[in-house]
Amino acid sequence: METLRVLMVEDEAAMRAAVSRALSRYTLRLPDIEGEYGFAIEEAGSAEEGLARIEASPPDIVLLDHKLPGMSGVELLGILAEKQPPVSFLTVMMTAYATLENAVVATKRGAYDFLAKPFTPDELRSVVSKTTRHLLLTRETRRLAQEKRQVRFQLLSVIVHELKAPLAAIEGYLYLLQDPGTGSDPAVYKKAVDRSLVRIGGMRKLITDLLDLTRIESGQKRRELVPLELADVARAAIESVQPEAERRGIAVTLHAPEPVPMVADRAEMEILFNNLLTNAVKYNRDGGTVTVRLTGGERVRIEVADTGIGMTPEETARLFHEFVRIKNEKTRNIPGSGLGLSVVRKLAHLNGGEVTVESSPGVGSTFTVEIAAHSPEAQETEPE
Amino acid sequence: MSGAQKTILVVDDDEDFREQMSLQLEAAGYNVVTADGEEAARRTLEDLNPDLAVIDLMMEHVDGGFTLAYRLKKRQPPVPVIMITAVASETGLDFASAAASESGWMRVDALLSKPVRPEQLRREIARLLPE
Repeated sequence: METLRVLMVEDEAAMRAAVSRALSRYTLRLPDIEGEYGFAIEEAGSAEEGLARIEASPPDIVLLDHKLPGMSGVELLGILAEKQPPVSFLTVMMTAYATLENAVVATKRGAYDFLAKPFTPDELRSVVSKTTRHLLLTRETRRLAQEKRQVRFQLLSVIVHELKAPLAAIEGYLYLLQDPGTGSDPAVYKKAVDRSLVRIGGMRKLITDLLDLTRIESGQKRRELVPLELADVARAAIESVQPEAERRGIAVTLHAPEPVPMVADRAEMEILFNNLLTNAVKYNRDGGTVTVRLTGGERVRIEVADTGIGMTPEETARLFHEFVRIKNEKTRNIPGSGLGLSVVRKLAHLNGGEVTVESSPGVGSTFTVEIAAHSPEAQETEPE
Repeated sequence: MSGAQKTILVVDDDEDFREQMSLQLEAAGYNVVTADGEEAARRTLEDLNPDLAVIDLMMEHVDGGFTLAYRLKKRQPPVPVIMITAVASETGLDFASAAASESGWMRVDALLSKPVRPEQLRREIARLLPE
C-alpha cells in the first residue's frame, strides 16, 4: 500500500482530531489506477505553521481551513499559487461559510476542491478520494510526457546517426577524389561515384520512410478513403520493383483470382506494398521468387512470400520495431533504413488489422497483412 | 617507403569506410588488411601481426572498438591504435573533444572523427610509424 501525506491546516483541535480519525484507517482503491492508497495525517494549527511544514517537506494533499487566527487560508493559497516551481500537491478548502463567493476566490487561487463545514466523515472521504484520483492521474500524465520526451530524444539520436553514417561515407569518397594521391586513379574515381550514389539512395529512402512514419503517427495527413481495386495497387508496386528483380533473376508473380475491392487510402496501400515488395526482393536470393497473394472479402488478406534468407524466431520477434535491422552475415551488405516494417505495421493498425510473419532461415519469409476491406474512419492512435 | 612494407589493419562495419581506407593507404604504399567487425578482427589477428590498426569505435557491439584496442595494446610489442569515431556531439557523446585528456585511459594513440581526411590520417600514421 502506498501512503499519501495529508497536511491539515486547521486551528480547532477537535476538528483536526475528527479529520484524523476519518482518514487514518481509510484505504482507497481507484478504478483505472493501480494499487491501494492510505493516508498519513500531519497537523498544523495555523497558516504560518502550515507554510513552514509545506516548505520543509511538501505533502500530497493539503486540507486548508478558510478562517485561521493569523494569516487566512485564502491568503496562504495566494502564497502557494506564487511558488516557483509550481507546487505539486492539491489543496482542498474547508469552510463554514460555504458561499459561492468564497468558492470562486479559493478556486481562482488554485484550490482543487471545496468542503463545506460541517461535513460527515463520508463527505470528507469522498472529497479526498476525488482529489487523490486527480493527483495520481496528473502525476501519471506528467511521467508519461517525460517518458515520451526521452523516447523522442533516443529516436532523434538514432536518426542523426543513421543520416551521418552515409554522409560520412560520401564525404570520405569526395576527400579521396580531392587528394592528389588517389584522385587521379580512374578506378578510385569510379568506385567513389558509384558508392556515393548508392549511399545517397539509402539516405533518400530513410528520409521517405521517416516522413511516411511521422505522417501516419501524427494523423496530420488527411486520409482519403476511396473505393479502389487492391490488385491494381499490387500490380503498380510490382512494376516498380521489377527492374531490380530482373537484374537479379527474381520472378515476381501476383495471384488475385477474384477482384479485391476496398475502401481505403490509396497512398497508404501503395506504401504498404512498396515496403513489403522491396524487402521481398532485397532479402531474396538471386534467381528466387516473390509470390503475392490477395484474398478479398470483409477482411482483406495480403500475402507476400519470398525465397530469401529468412529469419530465426528470435529475429522475427524484434522485426517490427523502429530502427531494428536484423544484423547478421547475410544482411550486412543490404542497405535499409530499419523503418520499412514499422511503417507496414502502423499502416496495418490504421486499417483495422495486423501484420504477421512466418519465416525460416535459408528458406524464406511470408508476410501476411490482414486488414478491413472498408478502412475505419477514425485514426487509431498507437497504444505505445 | 624504405624496408619492408608495413601492414595496417582496418576494422569497421561500414563497407565504404573500409574501402576508402584501403584505397588511400594502399596508394600511400601500405599493405592493408580489413575486417568488418570485432570477431573478424580477432580471427585475423590469430596469424597477423599488424604494424598499426585503425579501428571504428562503435560497431555492432557498443564497446567492440574498445575491447579490440585493449587486446592490441596488450600484444608484445603493443600495436599502435588509431580510433575512429562517428559519435556525434548531438548525442552528448563527443569523444574527439576529450581526446587529449582521455586517450590515455582509452588506450589508443590517436582519436579521429569520421569522415577522416586523407592528410590527417597520413600525419597520424607518420607520427606512429616512423621510418
